Amino acid sequence: MQMARVIGAVVATIKDPNFDSIKLLLVQPIGADGEDVGRPLVAVDSVGAGVGEQVFFVRGKEASFPWHPIEVPADAGIVGIIDHYTVSK
Amino acid sequence: MLLAKIVGTVVATRKDPRLVSNKLLLARPVDPKGKTEGNYLVAIDTVDAGVGETVLIVSGSSARMAAGMKDTPVDAAVVGIIDSVDLSE
Repeated sequence: MQMARVIGAVVATIKDPNFDSIKLLLVQPIGADGEDVGRPLVAVDSVGAGVGEQVFFVRGKEASFPWHPIEVPADAGIVGIIDHYTVSK
Repeated sequence: MLLAKIVGTVVATRKDPRLVSNKLLLARPVDPKGKTEGNYLVAIDTVDAGVGETVLIVSGSSARMAAGMKDTPVDAAVVGIIDSVDLSE
């Protein structure tokens, strides 16, 4: 899993029927200091995350597991909202 | 998932039999502001997208979970047509 910041949302009317009533969010992966790392991507949301929150997300087929047995065609999914984290240096 | 702009179509007469009667599109990833970036990719169309549209592309094994793509040899599928992107930051 990777940490990310939610930076926006995506709206699509025409989409795979298994996406119905699932929120699509734009996330920017971040590093330990909260700095941006890499490119933003679109992730499905299963935990009710919102813009500005720090979250962690899974990549790959596992992104669809929160909706099992519905096969949501997603390769990135937010599975947790980060309250806080510590880094030992 | 990636945001991408459809820039063309791909025609192949000889292909895996499971790909027959599927439309192949040439897409270029874009950032949330619409600027193209990265390399072109060939994606299977499942939502009747067309050239010039911004779409949502799912990659990896999750692409096989798109409508009608079960057990087909694909690793990128167009699963949504983007209406708008809200970048709140």
